[in-house]
Formats: sequence, structure tokens, C-alpha cells
Amino acid sequence: MNKLASVNDFVIRFANMNGSGSASANSLFAKAVFRMGIPVSPKNIFPSNIQGLPTWYEVRICEHGYLGRRGGYDFAVAINGQTLKRDYTDLLPGGYFLYDATRPLDQTYDREDITLIGIPLTKICNQNIENPKLRPLLKNIIYVGALAALFDMDFSVLTDAITKQFAKKPKLAAPNINCLEIGYNYASEHFKDICDLKITSKKILDRHILMDGNAATGLGAVYGGATVAGWYPITPSTSVVEAFDTFTKKYRLDDAGKRRAAVIQAEDELAAIGIAIGAAWNGARAFTATSGPGVSLMSEFLGLAYFAEIPVVLMDIQRVGPSTGMPTRTQQSDILTCAYASHGDTKHPLLLPASPFECFDMAADSFDLAEALQTPVILVSDLDLGMNDHITQPLKWDHAKTYNRGKVLDHDQLENLDWTWGRYLDKDKDGVCYRTYPGTHPEKGAYFTRGSSHDEFARYTEDGRVYKRCMDRLDKKWQTTRTMMPAPEIRMTDHKALAGVIFYGTTADAMNEAVDLLAAQGCHLNTLRLKAFPFQDAILEFIQAHDQVFVVEQNRDSQMRTLLINEFNLDPARLVPIPYVEAIPIDAAFICRSIRHNTEQAPRTDKGDAS
Amino acid sequence: MSSHRPVFRHPNLPANDLGYTRRDYEGLDSTLCAGCGHDSISNAIISACFELSIAPHRIAKISGIGCSSKTPAYFLGKSHGFNAVHGRMPSVATGANMANRDLLYIGVSGDGDTASIGMGQFVHATRRNINMVYIVMNNGCYGLTKGQDSATADKGSASRKGRPSPFEAIDLCETAVQMGAGFVARGFSGDKDHLIPLIKAAIKHKGFALVDVISPCVTFNNTATSTKSYHWVRDHMEATAAVDFVPMEKEITAEYQQGSATTITLHDGSRLDLHKSDSTFDVTDRQAAIKALEDHREQGQILTGLLHINHGLEDTHDILDTTATPLNTLTQKELCPGNEVLAEIANTYR
Repeated sequence: MNKLASVNDFVIRFANMNGSGSASANSLFAKAVFRMGIPVSPKNIFPSNIQGLPTWYEVRICEHGYLGRRGGYDFAVAINGQTLKRDYTDLLPGGYFLYDATRPLDQTYDREDITLIGIPLTKICNQNIENPKLRPLLKNIIYVGALAALFDMDFSVLTDAITKQFAKKPKLAAPNINCLEIGYNYASEHFKDICDLKITSKKILDRHILMDGNAATGLGAVYGGATVAGWYPITPSTSVVEAFDTFTKKYRLDDAGKRRAAVIQAEDELAAIGIAIGAAWNGARAFTATSGPGVSLMSEFLGLAYFAEIPVVLMDIQRVGPSTGMPTRTQQSDILTCAYASHGDTKHPLLLPASPFECFDMAADSFDLAEALQTPVILVSDLDLGMNDHITQPLKWDHAKTYNRGKVLDHDQLENLDWTWGRYLDKDKDGVCYRTYPGTHPEKGAYFTRGSSHDEFARYTEDGRVYKRCMDRLDKKWQTTRTMMPAPEIRMTDHKALAGVIFYGTTADAMNEAVDLLAAQGCHLNTLRLKAFPFQDAILEFIQAHDQVFVVEQNRDSQMRTLLINEFNLDPARLVPIPYVEAIPIDAAFICRSIRHNTEQAPRTDKGDAS
Repeated sequence: MSSHRPVFRHPNLPANDLGYTRRDYEGLDSTLCAGCGHDSISNAIISACFELSIAPHRIAKISGIGCSSKTPAYFLGKSHGFNAVHGRMPSVATGANMANRDLLYIGVSGDGDTASIGMGQFVHATRRNINMVYIVMNNGCYGLTKGQDSATADKGSASRKGRPSPFEAIDLCETAVQMGAGFVARGFSGDKDHLIPLIKAAIKHKGFALVDVISPCVTFNNTATSTKSYHWVRDHMEATAAVDFVPMEKEITAEYQQGSATTITLHDGSRLDLHKSDSTFDVTDRQAAIKALEDHREQGQILTGLLHINHGLEDTHDILDTTATPLNTLTQKELCPGNEVLAEIANTYR
């Protein structure tokens, strides 16, 4: 048997039961790898359930810095009896199978191409831990200790992590460290040199942080000056508002200790966005966070905010649809519903972050955009980005940056106006009009906000010409919007390359790896990562510059491709769809396979057919 | 347009303490049907705000969809207004209130807007005790879509369509009491002397104040067989204690004999004097209010007046412990924790 061997480059998969405390033990392991300076990418693959169902935690350790899913796993920590057989069967040949040997494996576990590491975890627990309630939790810590021995990890990194984690409750640190040692010693004694997968400290990561996208998004809303959040709990968006709530409680209090933020848990998603819209109308920066089902429910209100021109921010953390779909699995399938949410002619600017760093930045910027453009802005993240920890650049706040509150007339400006103000009067000819907050001036600036058709002075109208004027102006505003959105990230790795690839969001990690893998096979690709909608001309130029353009995304119907075709009026043959529909984060091997398949088979099309 | 206000105004119109005349509280001409009860309610709102000397621009009017929700265009023309989507006035009012706690929020809704599509938002705004006046213009039918029964139509009541409503009616006042509302009153659009003090008291109450106003739909639901017709309501209305609203600054000696009135002091020092009749109950007692409503319903009577008051409740801002400064006036300096804090936060992710 050829045992898998590598240093700082392998995938380990933990199979646990949810609600057993495994998540914190597993993330302790991932964090230890991170603190050893090695790029690491943990992905929690969990059920929509609180206790008792299978959950997996996959950690990719990769000193080359590839952070997408690789596909396959080299080491299994199989603690869940329910999935033991599957975890055993799917392990890559040459891999290692760590299991609880308190109960021996039956004779059907007969693979000869893997290495078994049986540790009697339950038995060890029963012998060493007096409090039966703590046993299931500490069992997880014991296997983490064992892993440290098997992978030759710096043990102090783990003990330091425990000490740090329990800084406020040092009494809890001792039993945890004790269990780490038990596991470490057991593995050292019984399985010395059995494992050829190693993790050695290497300062590849220096300034990076390990953060989940939702915390970064919530923090971005704090820095962006949001004061009102209406929300309704829904996986995977819940932690966005929870982060906003926690950070504002800590960092946003007045001198009397009162809060400079109002967080309201609403009765449903309709009320959640209604609260945000009411607050935004009244001059506060306000947002809500939700996922696909919530976007469906919020669509009516999004149309109102579009038509009445209210600057609200929505954070959509996508999960698998349609309908309830898979609430705890990731997908990029809300693109079209967000871009065109609501009935009538509507469209909304989208921001497409690909890392927690961008989640923070874009969340903060979304409030500037919404207020400058007086329209809803949707930040479209996903479960993988939002709920998993990612290695990311340290968050940055530009000290010189000042909030762009958009065109708002205050008391003195209203007093001294030398033109006749109308709420929807396009004074500057950029499609964006001047608004006023309630309560500003005793005589001037009041108007009636409505979702019904209105003229320049916010008066109800059923005159088709006036209606058309309003819709045309909103379209002009859309052109202004185009100039304000973040530009795509274009990488022309090879100017002679005939093929290009377009992608966005969490597909980026796997794509970075796929591009290198394909290049090694002689297939060179230029890349374009979309960061926003509406699309700029640079995107069209990129499409026109390549014979073949792939659009890689994580949904069945290639929604971004549809959006590109529609917005640029492209011949659909110009864009080759690479849809990924497996409801776990996309992996580089899939992308390589799909692109190779197309480059070898697809006929060349003519360039420059966009009209 | 069905009702035009005369353009002519007496040159010596009386002004309130702020120097505004009643006209400063009016809005556009109404486009509702002639005789619509809603116009009387609009006028009662105008009178209440004028007489209380509230600066018009410090009021925000918010409504949903329907005949009722059109009325904010017909009163308080100097105030900002927001005609939201159907049944969603409470959430928009909630958000607006969170952004600026210093304005007066008058929410206007109808029975379709509140008791059907907006029932969820109505009860939850009540539970949260949002500091607002919530006026329901309640006519038991959907006027704008030509007279379908609403959820407040009494069982057995028949509109112009002729078919008696087969379903149980929702009593919004009783629901509000159950949801913990601190102020619940029912008025009748045909009795402005009774209605205006109720609206004034609702404005002065800190927290959620419901004024459910029976407001006959003259076009679709004013038939002899309807329990929301002018005739029926006049014949079957029974008022609880008559209410006098006494603003703090105009405290007067009691016009009524001691012992016949209960006095309730509101948040800002204003007073409500309740003049008891034999049939009344203790309006500060939640259970008594529900019993009185149920008893009257059983007897086919409509109980009006102040039905319940509990003025010691915390409003949403108190509950959320928000700063006294309106959130919409906070500056970037107060909102953005800055780079040092960001570095500190980043460290917790290492």
C-alpha cells in the first residue's frame, strides 16, 4: 500500500453528529493550523437541525494558498456511527481512517488500501473524565490532541489556543488541556510514525485573519454607519445581524451607555425590510439581512423602495433553493431574483463579495451607494462565505473616508433654495433627485412618499406621459449607477489566450486553483471576477476579446450568464455555461474537468457579435 | 373630487400657541366619496393636532393601502407622508420611529389593511409598544375594490351586496388589549366631539395608542342590514366614560364634581378626566376591558370611548435602550469606531 504522504498539503474530514460540540473542537484544530502560518480552509457541511444528525467539517491545509475545496479527503476522523461506512468508503486510497475503537469495526470494513487508526475514545473518556455530561464534548478534544501527535504539530499552539479561548474561564481550560494531552500521548504511544501527513510551522500567513463573512458583513454595517436593522432569523444570514448587534453593543454606546443602534427582530421578512425602509426614509442608515426565501418575501417592498427611491441595504446570504431547498448548504442562485426583484420594471445594484475582507468593505460601501443613488442596494453573499471561516487580509478602514449621504437638503439649504424643489425633480440631470428628511423645515420640503405613480413633485398621477418621464429618469439613474459600482477584477495572464472565464463570489477560491492547474496542462485562461451589477463596459470588452468565454457559477440555470446575455444583448453562444449544482462549495477539479471538456469539443465562434 | 374645502378663510382665524391656524393642518382636497366617514376622521386629526399645538412638520403620517390609507394626503399638508404597501404601515412606522424618536408618528390604516393582510404587523407593533398613534378607519369592507366584506364585518352583517357575512369578526380593540397595548380606544366618525379628545389623548400617550374608528362606507356598507352603517352605530353605540383631555399647560379646576371623575396623568403631565356613568368599568384593568368588550358584543352593542389605558409601559426605544439622540442625527464620528478598534477586533480573529 502506498500511504499518502505530504507536508502542509492535504484534506482532513471530520464526521460528527451535530449538537455534540464537535464544531468548536474542529475549529480549534483549523485555528491551530492557521496559527502555524499555514493557509487553511475549513468548511462546515452541516444539517438543518440542532442535534443528532450527521455533520461534516472539512479542513483543507494547503501551503500553496489554494483555499477552495479540493475534492476528496486524505484523512478521516470518523466519530459518527451513522455515517461511518460512508466515511470509510469515500476515503481516498492511501488515506488514514481515525475512528473510535471502543467498538471494533465489523468485517465489512475490509479495505486494504487505507491505514486504520483506532483510538478507544469513549473508553478513554469514561476512564478519565468524571462528569458524564462533559464526556461527549471532551471526546472531541481528545482526538484533536491525537491529531497533533499524528501530524507532528507544534503542541503548544493548541494549548495556547485553549488558554486564549477560556481566558475568562480558566477553570475550563485545565480539563481541555488535559484531554489534549491524553489524546496526544495515546497517539504518540500507539501510532508513532504511522501517518505520513505532516503539518509544520511556516510563516506563509503573517498579517492575515481567519474570519467568517457574516461577521465581516455585520462589522461593515457598523463602520458604514448603519443605525437601524430590522431582521428575521433565517439560515444562513442570521449571524450578520447578530454580529451587528454584538459589535454595536460593544463599540457604539453613548456616554450614558445607551445604544447608538436599534436592532429589531421582526415578525417576518416583510416587516424586517419594512422597518429598514421606514428608517432609511427617515434619514437613518438601515439594513436587513436575509436569504433566498426572504428575498422572495421582500420583493414587494424592494419595488416600493426602487420606485419611491429609498436608500435601503439588503444583505442576501444565499443558500440552496428553490423554495426551502437546503437551508444549510451553499449556492449562488439568487442572482436573477435579486437583480430584478419585484413586479414592474425594476432593477437593483448588486455587490458580490468574494472574501470576508470584501464583505466588510462592500457592506460599508453599500450605504454610501444606496444613499448616493437613493435606491435599494443588495449585497449578495452566500453560505460558504458567510458561515465558514476564511483566511483574509486584515480589514481596513480608510481614515480619510467620509460617508456620502447623497443629495439631502437640510433646513438652511431649503431656506435658501433658488430653484423650485420637487422630490423627484432631476435638477442635476443624473437621474438622482434631492430628498428631505421628515421634521426638517416648518414650511418647506414636505412631500408624500408613495409607491403609486407620481410626478416630479411626488403628486399622484395617472398621466402616462408623466409616468414615462419618471421611468425614463429612473433608467438614467441606472446609467449613473453603472459608473459608481466597483469594477471587475480582470487578470490577463496571457494576452494571446483565446479563452476567458467569468465568475464571482465564492467561486473565486476554486477558480484561482483551476486556472493554475489548467495552465500547467497548457490551457491558458484570462479571468474576470465580477464584483457588481450593473455591468461596466470593461466586462463587454473582455467578452469580445476572447473566442470562448466560460461563465462558472454555482447554480443550475447559469443565472449570471443569463444576466450578462440580457444586459449586453449578447448572442447566447458567446457565453459557455459551467453550472455547478452539487450544493457544496465548488471545487477546482470540477472546473478543470468542465473547461477541458469544452475546450476540446466546442467549435470556435466568431468574436464581436455583441450588439 | 368629492369634497372641496372652501378657499375663503376668515381673516381672523384663531391661531394656536405656535401661531398656526387650523388651516395650516389641512391637506389636499379629498377624493373619497361624499359623506365618507374617513373625511370626518381626517378632520378630527386636524383638530386634535391644531388644538394640541403640535408643529405640523414634526409629525410623520404613514399609511398602508386602501381608502383609509389615501387620507394622509387630505390632512397635515406640511408633514411628510408615506403611503407604504398594503398592510405594512406598522413596520414602516416602526423603522421611522427608530430613526427619529422625536417626531409624532400617526399611522392610518383600514380594516382590510390592518385586520387581514396587515394583521401580523398590527399585533407585533402593538407588542413592541411602538410610540405611535394607530388610527384604523374601520368600515367593515374593502371600498377601493367595491365593497367586499372585510375581517371586521360582523357575522350576519350584510353590505350592499346583500350576503350576510358568514365569518366571525375580528375586534381590533380586544386584540390590541390582549397584545398589551397601553392605550386602546374606539370612536365613531359620526361623533367628532367624542372622537377628537380620544385622538388627543392617543397623541399624548407615550407608546402604542390604537384608535379604532367606526367609519361607515356610504357607498358599499351603509345599508339597513349593515352593523357598520351610520344608523346602526348610532342606535347601538354605548360609550364608556366620557373623556376630557386636559393638556398640561392648560390645567384647569375640575368642571365636574369630585368623585364622579377618574383622573389619569399622562407621561408629559397632561391629564385625562374620565366621567363615569353607571355602566363603566375600570379602564386600567385589562381583564375588565376585555370583559366589557365581550359583554357588549354579546348584546349586539358597540362599546366606544377609552377602553383601556396603561401609561406606565416602556416603549420600543426604552426596551432597546437606545440613545436619547435621534439616530438619524448621529455623525460619522459617533457611528464609526475607527481604525484602532478595527485592529483590536481583527486581533480576535487571529
